[in-house]
Amino acid sequence: MHYCPGCEHGLLTRLVASALDSLKLRKQAVMIDSVGCSVLAYKYLNIDHIQAPHGRAPAVMTGVKRFRPDLLVFSVQGDGDALAIGLAELIHAASRGESITTFVVNNAVYGMTGGQMAPTTLLGQVTKTTPAGRQAAIQGRPIDGAKLVASIDGASYVRRASLVPKPITSSDEPMFKQQEVEDAKQVIENAFKVQLMGGFSYVEFISTCWVNWKMSIKQAKIFASTQLVKQFPLGTYKDVFGVEDK
Amino acid sequence: MATLDASKSKYSNNEKMFLEGNEALAYGAINAGLNAFFGYPITPSSEVLETLAKEFGNPLYPNFKVFLQASSELEAANMLLGAAATGALAMTATSSPGFSLMQETISYAAGMEIPFVVADANRAGPGLGSLGPEQGDMWKASKGGGHGDYRCIVLSAHTVAELAQTPFLAFRLAFKYRNPVIILYDSYLAKLKEGIDLPTVEDLMVDRSWTVGQQNEGSRQILNSLNLEPDVHEDHEAHLQEKFRAMLEHEQRAEEYLTDDAEVILVAYGILARLAKKVVNKARGEGLKAGLLRPIILWPPPMTLLEKYVDRETPLLVVELNAGQLYEDVKQAASRRVDVGFVGHLGGSVPNIGTVESKMRRLVYGRTGG
Repeated sequence: MHYCPGCEHGLLTRLVASALDSLKLRKQAVMIDSVGCSVLAYKYLNIDHIQAPHGRAPAVMTGVKRFRPDLLVFSVQGDGDALAIGLAELIHAASRGESITTFVVNNAVYGMTGGQMAPTTLLGQVTKTTPAGRQAAIQGRPIDGAKLVASIDGASYVRRASLVPKPITSSDEPMFKQQEVEDAKQVIENAFKVQLMGGFSYVEFISTCWVNWKMSIKQAKIFASTQLVKQFPLGTYKDVFGVEDK
Repeated sequence: MATLDASKSKYSNNEKMFLEGNEALAYGAINAGLNAFFGYPITPSSEVLETLAKEFGNPLYPNFKVFLQASSELEAANMLLGAAATGALAMTATSSPGFSLMQETISYAAGMEIPFVVADANRAGPGLGSLGPEQGDMWKASKGGGHGDYRCIVLSAHTVAELAQTPFLAFRLAFKYRNPVIILYDSYLAKLKEGIDLPTVEDLMVDRSWTVGQQNEGSRQILNSLNLEPDVHEDHEAHLQEKFRAMLEHEQRAEEYLTDDAEVILVAYGILARLAKKVVNKARGEGLKAGLLRPIILWPPPMTLLEKYVDRETPLLVVELNAGQLYEDVKQAASRRVDVGFVGHLGGSVPNIGTVESKMRRLVYGRTGG
């Protein structure tokens, strides 16, 4: 794996694989590999892949799905990919109610390019391009992707979940609680089910990037699960089909 | 208003239609077996989008499965990429500023080896420019255009009827090489109306063995342009360059009009080829044996034919709606062995015949002669 140790990308890849197999969707699954840390996903997920230019995964997914409605198509995108350079494609795909699935890894920073400010960077957060911390008056405020996509009429399922465990209270407690992993997997399955029902699904995962945050893995997990979730509250933002009740 | 009904398509007998270039391109694409069209409005190519919007869902065209207006040329190009990756005969039409926006995706498609067709109704530029015809996108279309070193085959047309034939050839070549193909026309031809017979074409058989979504157990397709290991990427680029060399070798195509005995040969394409034919005919009436070499495919340029006339020491006059783009290819073929003249016209209109004639005569008789 090329993912950094402690990064949630590897976990998400495993959960997606597991969800695909639980729903027996491996054969018809096509993943769109977005520019960012998820771009090498084709090395790990044994399904069909199409690479997308930076930010354009929802447009590529639209092209696939419109011509081949029998396929299951999804992307794993970074926050910069989905909410900065690719925001127009995301919003318009949601607005058209494309039956596609977008997973967004929200770690409040550009990971692959080495730690620059993302649209999700918190106020005050130091990045390589906000050395004095992000300031509302200069760089604006963070974008809440889930809230934004949920406000689009065409979107059917909008959820924010976490791949990061709650604060570790004692040093011998395991980093990942089984329950949180199971929850994340369920959310992924829900997103795929919504696509199979013909709806647009967007799931954002709170994640870490300890390397670019200049923290230890443990500090990063605590920061994400205590600070990031304040700016980006977890929960169900939209569930038109009631997939979570089923 | 033109409509393509059973009596006017390959599905039945042909009948003359009075169409503007954009409409002919749209019906030509349907006739070629178009599966998916994505587009964004822009003058002067919007009528391609509008014509296909009107014909989408027509039970006569069961192959035409997807029509979608995108939110930008960026989105349209990437929809194209997705549909083409699953094996659709996919196409868009745009004009110069929109063609600029699509270059990134065309580069990705060249790198990922995904075939699709982009038609560019070249208007005058740079910037918002003017809405009239120009051939300023010639280099962008034929020398890559996006990032990286790649080429696309570029088709040209000089009549509405010929424009209607380009989609079939474009799809055939796109799939043959697994590479994007550009149809480069211009504002003039886009809006010019002519009576044409829509081309009757056979069903296009293309190789789809590489596409995603085949759902075969145990085999999977990865369409990717990324190789972080330099030696792997070196091999990939070598493979791509091999394809571009094969295009150069096998896909040159040009019309030779009265060139056999010519004392001077005009080189012109698109709308200017019509003007050049007039110049040739008039010159012949006046005793000057002029000819026209009209590239039908702009890239690869017709180097073999150009070299033939250079070997005969025939002076060449390139006439373009730009500051000299195909001119560079012609000069390369000439290798300073023959005189190469140039008439370049910019701004959104065509030069008058007199300008071309006087340049041609100067080339043949010298500054004082003729």
